[in-house]
Amino acid sequence: MSTAALINTVMVNTSDFRIPLGSWADSFIDFITDTFGFFFDFVRAIFSGAYDLVDLVLATPPFWVIILVAAALALMIRGWKFAVGTVVGLVVIVGVDQWENAMDSLALVLVASILAILFSVPLGILSAKSNLASGIIRPILDFMQTMPAFVYLIPALILFRVGVVPGIVATIIFAMAPGVRLTDLGIRNVDHEVVEAGQAFGASPWRILRQIQLPLAMPTIMAGINQVIMLSLSMVVIAGMVGAGGLGQQVVASLNRIDVSLGFEAGLSVVILAIFLDRITAALGTGNTPIGRIRAARKHRSAPVAPAPTSDDAVHEAAKRPGVLIGS
Amino acid sequence: MTEIIAVKAEETANGAEPTQISPETAAPGIAVKADKLYKAFGRKPHEIVKKLQAGAVRDDLAHLGTAAVIDASFEVQRGEIFVVMGLSGSGKSTLIRMLNGLLEATSGTVSVGGTNITGIPAAKLRDVRRQSISMVFQHFALLPHRTVIDNVAYGLEVQGMPREERLAKARTIIRLVGLDGWADNLPAELSGGMQQRVGLGRALAADTDVLLMDEAFSALDPLIRREMQEQLIELQAELGKTIIFITHDLNEAMFLGDRIAVMRDGRIVQIGTPEEILTDPANDYVAQFVQDVDRARVLTAGSVMEPVRSVVTVSAGPRAALRTMRDLQTSATFVLRRDRSFAGVVRDRDVLTQVKAGDGDLRSIILEATAVTADTALVDLVELAVESDLPIAVVDERNRLLGVIPRVTLLAALGNVSTGTGELPVIEPPATISMSIITETLRETAPEGVQP
Repeated sequence: MSTAALINTVMVNTSDFRIPLGSWADSFIDFITDTFGFFFDFVRAIFSGAYDLVDLVLATPPFWVIILVAAALALMIRGWKFAVGTVVGLVVIVGVDQWENAMDSLALVLVASILAILFSVPLGILSAKSNLASGIIRPILDFMQTMPAFVYLIPALILFRVGVVPGIVATIIFAMAPGVRLTDLGIRNVDHEVVEAGQAFGASPWRILRQIQLPLAMPTIMAGINQVIMLSLSMVVIAGMVGAGGLGQQVVASLNRIDVSLGFEAGLSVVILAIFLDRITAALGTGNTPIGRIRAARKHRSAPVAPAPTSDDAVHEAAKRPGVLIGS
Repeated sequence: MTEIIAVKAEETANGAEPTQISPETAAPGIAVKADKLYKAFGRKPHEIVKKLQAGAVRDDLAHLGTAAVIDASFEVQRGEIFVVMGLSGSGKSTLIRMLNGLLEATSGTVSVGGTNITGIPAAKLRDVRRQSISMVFQHFALLPHRTVIDNVAYGLEVQGMPREERLAKARTIIRLVGLDGWADNLPAELSGGMQQRVGLGRALAADTDVLLMDEAFSALDPLIRREMQEQLIELQAELGKTIIFITHDLNEAMFLGDRIAVMRDGRIVQIGTPEEILTDPANDYVAQFVQDVDRARVLTAGSVMEPVRSVVTVSAGPRAALRTMRDLQTSATFVLRRDRSFAGVVRDRDVLTQVKAGDGDLRSIILEATAVTADTALVDLVELAVESDLPIAVVDERNRLLGVIPRVTLLAALGNVSTGTGELPVIEPPATISMSIITETLRETAPEGVQP
């Protein structure tokens, strides 16, 4: 009887029951704006400066210069097929008259990704090294990644005012998580015995990190960096809503005007940029680039004494060389 | 405590030269010492150790965590190959990792070259690892992105040796471990055996007194493993390193070890030479463990030989020889020279003929017999035993007869069964001439007034 009464009371009272989390967040942001305003002005200046610089580099030269540079990069990193694809893709962007917007967006993506990587890789290392740090960082990452991006666009807008900077900040926060996670994962997954070998020979933790853990975790870390860049690109449209310009603004405009052709053209440009950036960073991650292959081949040639292990027989024979230790 | 240790360390550092007589007799003293080592994993390791010290049983503490190593104490002499053997989960890997501080002991102390390494600051511990103790790993643990020579030079690089110098030294080590010509290859381009040579080379290049080898050959093919074991022994003889070798393979332990520590459930159940372990196992577990070992390669002539019964001296003459043979009911007897050195063997027929002919000199009928030294492995005796029905004579370095190994004894030792004769000696070969004939011959030829 009493239980039923209790449930009844709770049911009745739920309509009045409310946790004012929203207004707390609001006053928190107010507090921060008042107290640390100078700091955010400073950050704003730096971010917008970085963006302007990159944008200047990308948008100033005629489009074909940039296309040639991109094609050359594609050729070096993946090969001629990808270089041709790059040229075709970028010419399409020029053809639909989105070149400048694309360069604005590319600048935003580059600045945001570089900053996100600068934050996320060290955080990932810290999280791999210390279980305490990872215990703190992990839930924060979950929060950052799952909270709808629009939501932290609001305080970003208040703190950094309309323009490209809130877009960059929101992008960094949104895109950082995989960078941290994969760096952490990569370092933790480095063969434990190899790390032990470093320790057993008296290497310092810093040396082990630099000479063993980071090189061996590099493929995973590069996969993380690739994800950071892709997520940054996906934030382009949202950044467009707060006045960041570029392709995002075009997409938002097309949405407002229900303009299918503009929407498609701007959207396709985003896709082309995305594919280009993804393929480039993915190839860097595996290390299997034409440049890497040329370098490896040259190294092999410069070591004339080394018998090339062409067949299993050669390997086996050398392993079985008898009595090599006697009298040596 | 620390003062004493410091003094000890100084003694070993300064006192080594004056006491050094020759390389063979040099390197006295203890290279690594473990004293009452405990290692427990779990949330309350210290509580586990405290309870173990108070007499608790390991299995009763499972709810608190795992006791990996319990009360391990041993001393490893300089220049010794000390093998720690046990099945997986026996705590051997944990034990070896405490010896260079990769794992911190929950309780107890480890000293390397007289320096205590338990509870010292991380930087000091790194110094010890750089200067005194290196390690070879089961799965090689090479740096995959570095060439063979850079891997071998890794320890030297960590020690801070300039590049040219360390590469030169690494080159000599690469030759030493038989990897000539592979210096600029990446580890992935090498076979397993060769990769482990790189691992071994890396440890040797660091030029530490002590080498820890954690199941170093377990990941290799049997043929390559055998070859690596032989080379390790050669290397050890050449360089005089102290080697602590972990393995789960009893044959490997028996082959490599000067002494072996057998581990079970975290405890060291027996420490001894391979023969001691084999012939005198401390408990049923060890006995069961060693029953599959290749006894022929481990046991030596000296450990299975029996006292000599059937033996006469040259000067005793044929009559004495015949009488001995008759009394022991055998058809042959060993003969010693005046200085007790081993001369050979005489057969009953020959002696009988000689006695009948009245010839008094045994020397003319002594047959050559095979003699082996006490440290000959049983595997080398099998062929000798096939060739002759005589027991194999075991002699010392001055050719004095120490004992004999009849075929039965050899078979019993190889099969790990008791000969079943107890106090009764095994005497081979059995008599071929009947006792009565011998007695009669002795009586007939007896000089006046002498009873046979």
